Amino acid sequence: MEIVFTRFKWAVLAAALAFVLAGCSKLSHSPADAAVKSDQDRKPAPAFSLTDEHGTPVSLADYRGKVVLLNFWATWCGPCQIEIPWFIEFEQKYKDRDFAVLGVSFDDDGWKSVRPYIASHKINYRVMIGTEKMSQLYGGVDSLPTTFIVDRQGRIAAQHVGLVDKSDYQNEILKLLADQKRAAGDSAPGSLAGLLRPDQRP
Amino acid sequence: MGAVAEAPLTIHLRPGYHVNSNMPSDEYLIPLRLTWNAGPLETSDVVFPKPSLEKYAFSEKPLSVFSGDFEIRTRFKVAANAPAGPAVMTGKLRYQACNDRMCLAPKTLDVSLPVEVVK
Repeated sequence: MEIVFTRFKWAVLAAALAFVLAGCSKLSHSPADAAVKSDQDRKPAPAFSLTDEHGTPVSLADYRGKVVLLNFWATWCGPCQIEIPWFIEFEQKYKDRDFAVLGVSFDDDGWKSVRPYIASHKINYRVMIGTEKMSQLYGGVDSLPTTFIVDRQGRIAAQHVGLVDKSDYQNEILKLLADQKRAAGDSAPGSLAGLLRPDQRP
Repeated sequence: MGAVAEAPLTIHLRPGYHVNSNMPSDEYLIPLRLTWNAGPLETSDVVFPKPSLEKYAFSEKPLSVFSGDFEIRTRFKVAANAPAGPAVMTGKLRYQACNDRMCLAPKTLDVSLPVEVVK
């Protein structure tokens, strides 16, 4: 008895196995993406409601008035692991200045992998398990890490696909934190803006 | 009965990308896996090429990876009760790819191998 392979090029394959997946992802990291968008170019960050590691609901709306770094990641993602210590540092450094990091994991096995990871890496910010819906809300997240910086008005001020320099994040966060201080100053009692009703302000 | 044959699965990765090998450097990494469903052929062995150890900006130590073009070879033998005639062996290829800055979600592809058992 013998085996005859009717074809040596197996069915299914090759186009898929040429890993055109590479062409299905957002590959480029344009310099423009690294910069904070101008006020008029910022779009509202899609609303979401997930559950953190303690079972507590988390909504982006809860963070209105704060600058949020929203990071999509996974335990199997090497570049993500480089960034996470930075985010831990940012959370510690800026949490009293109306800033928060939110992590959204796309680990297929969910909390089974993520909970031990949170503990072993001493993650000090809230982490949720992402869903396909969440991915689609944010433009179809197919590369990790993908990170959005959300301003106090709940708008996407910057986004990054792939590993970037820590200083990029730091500069963006500080700029957005400072923006509010300036805005708050404009609305302070005694200022012209402060004399106007909110609907009258430019 | 008992006849053996080997079939290659050729994989082409785009430049700049790699997949974790079948024996990755760290337990958190998703390994390359080729598995076959039961069929007229029994899987004797799935043979992977020798991986490369590559250092990337995001890893403290070199990673065991495949890149470029490579083959996974499966050794089959005919099952004792295999009927003669054409058949299809089906299986799954699981992989997870990255470049030096980002990672793509793990994927599982269906694979199929038409065969003919001749008595």
